[in-house]
Amino acid sequence: MTYLTLSITLIFVVIPLVLSKTLNLGLERDTIIATIRSIIQLLLVGFILKFVFDSESLLYIFLMVTLMIVAATHNARNKGASIQGITWKLAATFVFVEVLTQGILIGLNITPPTAQYIIPISGMVIGNSMVLSILFLNRFTAEVESHQDETELILSLGGTPKQAIHRQLINSIKASMIPTIESQKTVGLVQLPGMMSGQIIAGADPIQAVQFQLLIMFLLLTTAAVTSVMLGFMSYPTLFNQRMQVIQRS
Amino acid sequence: MTMDYKPAIHFNDVSYSIEDNQILRSITGSFPEGKITTLVGPSGAGKTTLLKLCNGLLSPQKGEIFIKGKKISDFEPVELRRKVGMALQSAPMIGGTVYENLALPMELSGDKLGKEEAESLLQDVGLEAKFLERKITDLSGGQRQKVSIARTLVNKPEILLLDEITSSLARTSLKEVEELIALINRKFGTTIIWITHNLQQALDIGDYTWVMMDGEVVETGESGLLRAPVNDRVKSFVQGGAE
Repeated sequence: MTYLTLSITLIFVVIPLVLSKTLNLGLERDTIIATIRSIIQLLLVGFILKFVFDSESLLYIFLMVTLMIVAATHNARNKGASIQGITWKLAATFVFVEVLTQGILIGLNITPPTAQYIIPISGMVIGNSMVLSILFLNRFTAEVESHQDETELILSLGGTPKQAIHRQLINSIKASMIPTIESQKTVGLVQLPGMMSGQIIAGADPIQAVQFQLLIMFLLLTTAAVTSVMLGFMSYPTLFNQRMQVIQRS
Repeated sequence: MTMDYKPAIHFNDVSYSIEDNQILRSITGSFPEGKITTLVGPSGAGKTTLLKLCNGLLSPQKGEIFIKGKKISDFEPVELRRKVGMALQSAPMIGGTVYENLALPMELSGDKLGKEEAESLLQDVGLEAKFLERKITDLSGGQRQKVSIARTLVNKPEILLLDEITSSLARTSLKEVEELIALINRKFGTTIIWITHNLQQALDIGDYTWVMMDGEVVETGESGLLRAPVNDRVKSFVQGGAE
């Protein structure tokens, strides 16, 4: 695609702008900012990726993945502000998920240890893990808040913090994983996944594109499960103290 | 209190706050063993906080609490909470049936509650055996409170803490629960500490009373003190503020 052709695609930005203006939606400014940001960010990433791919340096791959983890942690941490040490818990979760998935992929020779594979797959894994974390933290803080009396009941009857929070924890883990599982049930029927579509458009064999997409989807299932469970089991103890009491906040 | 009795719980200069919010200030006093003591006072006086300190759901920042002569901090939390049972104001349930709720304390310790034992507990609180399989959502407010008390009794507590359990009950249910509390005290010799807004209830059922205001205990004694309080703030509370 030439830059001229790409510039013509801006027509897809003009349509929502016109609709926003006509219907007084007030979204013109945000639409323009989003468009400019996406152009700058993606072009920048494109140039950086080209540089990293050409250099074949493991250090650059490591720096790129680290940057992804830092950005994902920064983005998700506000959702769990009430959980003590959430920044480190998120970072540890993303690092673990990344090491686990890349370890299996590279260790079992499923994908080669090159920037071309590690960086895009890491992006999908860490990005998905970040969304899962936000979903989990949103649900978990809401569950804890709305079931305080149940938590207190179980503690008052001689239950442990783990027993007192068990139902809220399981509900939150399940709720955060449901979108991933549900979207996989209809994949191919309702929508073609972005990565697979991109490969097909770029001229790849559709069967090979499907194979890669399946790999990514299975990877995201693990990512979803590990992220929610790990974050959940690291988060709930911070709500209680050594005397098995809910930490009070005014 | 100047009466001669053995304390089930003793507070020695206990204070509790959440961050800058002082909730209890230098509480000193005892709850007599085997008796019913009512805690009365306006909302926000710190009564619920005081009960939670007895059950170990909270710990004081200052002072010491003794349960039958032993420092509360020397108890394992689980052991303490089984010894000092608490029925919460809202009678929270875990959903499911009455049996599932009654079985909860045993389940938490890895045991099972036998059906006969569950029926006997229901009988103790004045409910028929057929209630065992009934859904919690089908119970009236009074029945729910009775199940909540029965569930607390599963642990066979020596001390029972009741947090305004009759505040939302209709007159008939209220009388039934009052009789139940008196019965538990007589039958099992359980020490009962009961928060109530109903001063008549405190006079009728309670042996002793603590009047609390603004995080302090302002007057204590036999329940009859509510008929002729000494403290001016208590006088004005008894005459105007309470039911």
